[in-house]
Amino acid sequence: MALKMVKGSIDRMFDKNLQDLVRGIRNHKEDEAKYISQCIDEIKQELKQDNIAVKANAVCKLTYLQMLGYDISWAAFNIIEVMSASKFTFKRIGYLAASQCFHEGTDVIMLTTNQIRKDLSSPNQYDTGVALTGLSCFVTPDLARDLANDIMTLMSHTKPYIRKKAVLIMYKVFLKYPESLRPAFPRLKEKLEDPDPGVQSAAVNVICELARRNPKNYLSLAPLFFKLMTSSTNNWVLIKIIKLFGALTPLEPRLGKKLIEPLTNLIHSTSAMSLLYECVNTVICGLFFQLCVQKLRILIEDSDQNLKYLGLLAMSKILKTHPKSVQSHKDLILQCLDDKDESIRLRALDLLYGMVSKKNLMEIVKKLMIHVDKAEGTTYRDELLTKIIDICSQSNYQYITNFEWYISILVELTRLEGTRHGHLIAAQMLDVAIRVKAIRKFAVSQMAMLLDNAHLIASNTQRNGICEVLYAAAWICGEFSEHLEEANQTLEAMLRPKVTTLPGHIQAVYVQNMVKLYASILQQKEQAGEKEAAQEITQLMIERLPQFVQSADLEVQERASCILQLIKYIQKLQAKEVPVAEEVIALFAGELNPVAPKAQKKVPVPEGLDLDAWINEPPSDSESEDEKPKTIFHEEEQRHSRHRQPEIDEEELARRREARKQEQANNPFYIKSSPSPQKRYQDTPGVEHIPVVQIDLSVPLKVPGMPMSDQYVKLEEERRHKQKLEKDKKKKKQKKEKRGKHHRHNSLHTESEEDIAPAHHVDIITEEMPENALPSDEDDKDPNDPYKALDIDLDKPLADSEKLPVQRHRNVETLKSPDSEVPLVEKKSKKPKKKEKKHKDKERDKGKKKEKEKKVVEEEEEEVKKVILQDLHYFSSCCYLLLSSFCCLGTTYDIQGNLQHDSQVTVSVIFENKSTSFLKSMELNVLDSLNTKMLRPEGSSVHDGIPVPFQLPPGISNEAQFVFTLQSIVMAQKLKGTLSFIVKDDEGSTHEKLDFKLHFSCASYLITTPCYSDAFAKLLESGDLHMSSIKVDGISISFQHLLAKICFHHHFSVVERVDSCASMYSRSIQGHHVCLLVKKGENSVSIDGKCNDSTLLSNLLDEMKETLSKC
Amino acid sequence: GSSCSPGQGQKRKQSCCLHKIHFILLFSRQGKLRLQKWYTTLPDKEKKKIIREIIQIILSRNQKTSSFVDWKDLKLVYKRYASLYFCCAIEDQDNELLTLEVVHRYVELLDRYFGNVCELDIIFNFEKAYFILDEFIIGGEVQETSKKTAVKAIEDSDMLQETVEEYMNKPAF
Repeated sequence: MALKMVKGSIDRMFDKNLQDLVRGIRNHKEDEAKYISQCIDEIKQELKQDNIAVKANAVCKLTYLQMLGYDISWAAFNIIEVMSASKFTFKRIGYLAASQCFHEGTDVIMLTTNQIRKDLSSPNQYDTGVALTGLSCFVTPDLARDLANDIMTLMSHTKPYIRKKAVLIMYKVFLKYPESLRPAFPRLKEKLEDPDPGVQSAAVNVICELARRNPKNYLSLAPLFFKLMTSSTNNWVLIKIIKLFGALTPLEPRLGKKLIEPLTNLIHSTSAMSLLYECVNTVICGLFFQLCVQKLRILIEDSDQNLKYLGLLAMSKILKTHPKSVQSHKDLILQCLDDKDESIRLRALDLLYGMVSKKNLMEIVKKLMIHVDKAEGTTYRDELLTKIIDICSQSNYQYITNFEWYISILVELTRLEGTRHGHLIAAQMLDVAIRVKAIRKFAVSQMAMLLDNAHLIASNTQRNGICEVLYAAAWICGEFSEHLEEANQTLEAMLRPKVTTLPGHIQAVYVQNMVKLYASILQQKEQAGEKEAAQEITQLMIERLPQFVQSADLEVQERASCILQLIKYIQKLQAKEVPVAEEVIALFAGELNPVAPKAQKKVPVPEGLDLDAWINEPPSDSESEDEKPKTIFHEEEQRHSRHRQPEIDEEELARRREARKQEQANNPFYIKSSPSPQKRYQDTPGVEHIPVVQIDLSVPLKVPGMPMSDQYVKLEEERRHKQKLEKDKKKKKQKKEKRGKHHRHNSLHTESEEDIAPAHHVDIITEEMPENALPSDEDDKDPNDPYKALDIDLDKPLADSEKLPVQRHRNVETLKSPDSEVPLVEKKSKKPKKKEKKHKDKERDKGKKKEKEKKVVEEEEEEVKKVILQDLHYFSSCCYLLLSSFCCLGTTYDIQGNLQHDSQVTVSVIFENKSTSFLKSMELNVLDSLNTKMLRPEGSSVHDGIPVPFQLPPGISNEAQFVFTLQSIVMAQKLKGTLSFIVKDDEGSTHEKLDFKLHFSCASYLITTPCYSDAFAKLLESGDLHMSSIKVDGISISFQHLLAKICFHHHFSVVERVDSCASMYSRSIQGHHVCLLVKKGENSVSIDGKCNDSTLLSNLLDEMKETLSKC
Repeated sequence: GSSCSPGQGQKRKQSCCLHKIHFILLFSRQGKLRLQKWYTTLPDKEKKKIIREIIQIILSRNQKTSSFVDWKDLKLVYKRYASLYFCCAIEDQDNELLTLEVVHRYVELLDRYFGNVCELDIIFNFEKAYFILDEFIIGGEVQETSKKTAVKAIEDSDMLQETVEEYMNKPAF
């Protein structure tokens, strides 16, 4: 042994060290590769020796070679050996090598766990430091899980040097092992206030980085960060914080206002360009527009028309660059459509264009349709019409999920009288019918109806542009006649004498398409063997067509006479009992497909064709002048003579047909009705793919009479709901299969998802759910996005199951108590493992759900009812007398749940001085109960009152807010209190006192929360809710009015309403769900309620009963 | 800026597991790599490809152009000190100026440690350059904003090392 050591040392003297290697490589520029392979051989020999110093030297050289691009993964085990050296020098080299070349795929990495743990707990801070640094490079999910607890402990190490590193590594651990985030977060949060600035800034770094990915979970830290931002002088930290606020402001618009001042200060004062840039960047990217839009809202809400107009104008400018910030104000914009002022309505319309999404399109269009009905004056109505079409057709119908609905909308629009935009509607009908194959049957039935009711549309033809839709209707019915159910009837409608009053170009289309229709009827009858019916229909054509032959319009006349001749010929054949339908239908064989606008341009020029060459030498100028009128005349001559031509015999017809087929086959532009017309296109180089919108409608529909688009809105909701349920089911299944693996949830159903999908191919099956949808259940997570896994509710208390695994020595542990450790679950029986996992999942689900709901609340916050002010009924009668003698003070109050805290409500009191005296030194005090306490400033006793922060001159009113904390919210509360104040007038001042009772109804703990019907249904299904019901008789008000009352006084929102039955939803500040089913009978109302808490429910229902009994 | 198309698909997939600084490269004017630090795990092949690509992009840029290059879905921030280029890859939302300051701070740290640092210092003591970097940046995040503390940590650990070196240099007989 001693000899070996000595030998090692002797060898060492001849070894190259790193410097030698570097020098050697520099000296062997010509044969570098050879030299290095020689060195690698030497290194391999060195690694075989027992001397750790030799090994370390070898590993150090390898690390250098690794940088030069040589593979050193074969030495992984040697690296680990060097890592476990007791000497810092070697350890350091080992860890460096590991951090440069280990990755998740390195299999020996699992061998390092215990070594790393040993180093982490080393008394030497540099050992610990080097282990942490290395870990930051090669941490794997397994290492993260096994070492999370050790690293978390290091966050509280005595040395800031270690704390700082541990905090930063924690971020890596979170990414690899998301379950560690919740247990470690409280300590991480503590580090924000660490005495050492380095540790503090590390904590800021990590939390900012976490929050940037999932900002909503970190909203509650905003005040803390705000404090840090205003107190810190460290630019590195400031930049991080500012970035964080940039991510938070969209979620909490109120932040924007607060930030402006400190940011402005920084912009003015800082000399660091990076900080300046960060401030400016944050301000322009989010904050600024957020703030502007908020302020613009005030302008728009103003009653002054000018301000309203300018507000909308500015809003539309922002919409172009920052659509997201405007979109949240949809409600306001829709309101503006009701404005008396046309110019304002037009502005609002402009804005709506940019605000639609798949989810709200139907709703917005529905609103617009109502306006179309109400609109006076054709200009505005036409504007509405074009906007509806613009909105629906934008980006290739990107937002339309149900084309039946859209066709119905178009048909409804034809009822508009006097519009100039008939051609717009017609173009849309054609476009949709051609491009959305699945819709054709429906479109044809609707169009047939239009044709049938043509007299309504074409009543005052001359001024009326709407008759253009008949053009589309006739074409669609003809082209897709196979879908027609009552083809005879449609044909007759097209042959009506009234048709001849239509404009020429429409008549021409009529004539052309009635033949198509005729052909398909003929075929139908022949196939059915109804010869007589077939002859009848021919007879009908022959009788009616002459009215078109007489048309003054050349096109109509020409077509009609051609067709008349054709049909006469058919009649002859029919008389001879020759089957003709096949050949007639062959006239219209083939399908017309939409062609991409650029398709023509992309057709390659055939070889040998010179497009610039003259086909005929150009005639001299003088000649052409004479020629021109002649040719026109000549052509006309021909045309007249044509319909006097003798009938073509059958042979000739067949020959021509054959020739035509031949020609078609050779014609690249002619698309045959082959099963895949697009295939041809792919074969032809340079011809663009033709977009054909294909859609699969899961709800087949037949709507009698004129369509009602509204029905679709409802159906659509149901459809979405159904889809979602199916999806959920599938997910559940998947979940069952995948249990044990990491559960991941998909990206949120936000708008971004919608934005991505280009709508060339509208496929409803794959279409996603509405935005803001409450999460149904566990969604699949994108395995490529580790940040999503960190989307975890951090405010929820820790469950026992979430504690970080504490590791002791594995081997011993396995023998002694195999059931106390999480990482050892493999050893345990299957059952408890599953159970635990399930439990965990459930917990997480709940957390997520809560989180999402919270988001919904925040998003819809703007919609939450404005502060409701009720007359204060807390003056007892004697008080009132006393007051009235002064006639000085009126007070009203309102209680609102606090969104940020689940145990706080804010009472807003409006004080109004009705006297002629000056009121001052007002102070409000209440007698706290065990459950409900007024929040007093720190340091004051429970008996102290809270001063009202203002004085009241005569005639002035002002509002003050008082915060109360509550423990339980299931019962209504009453608090006694006094208001003391000083009345000051010319004669002097008197001290006055008012007693009152503050009534906290259960409804005041509810927060109006919108809820979608599917989420609502899910909630009811869940079965964790208690049920109770009430019935109130003698109700005379309308149902609408009644619902409004419940919404207003009890903070509910309507989920769904069907006739005289409605479902409603609300949520308490502590997260209780309250669901109501309200049914109206003759004179009575019954309300069934469901809620997590039965006491809360019964109290709520009692309150409701009281409200309703006053109706 | 210039951007490169090959390998874009793979890159995007990986980029989401990265954060602040994705990697740091030091290379000479001749295109020789002097130091590479990855704050993300990528296959060696991919790394080599990226290194080649980036060195080429940056060396082909004019001296007077800005220090920022859009590259795939990241941004490259680089600066030349004497004959050495320092290059960091950061994310889209990250602050370019701050990154330049990070680079500069690293150069200051090297300077303080080696005393008037030059390229050869980094070549021959490349492991020290790594140690310094590791004291300054960890997992792609700046861990120490104070120059003094960072250099002291390195010197302190060197003290530990020096004694061992001495021990090692002792003749074994």
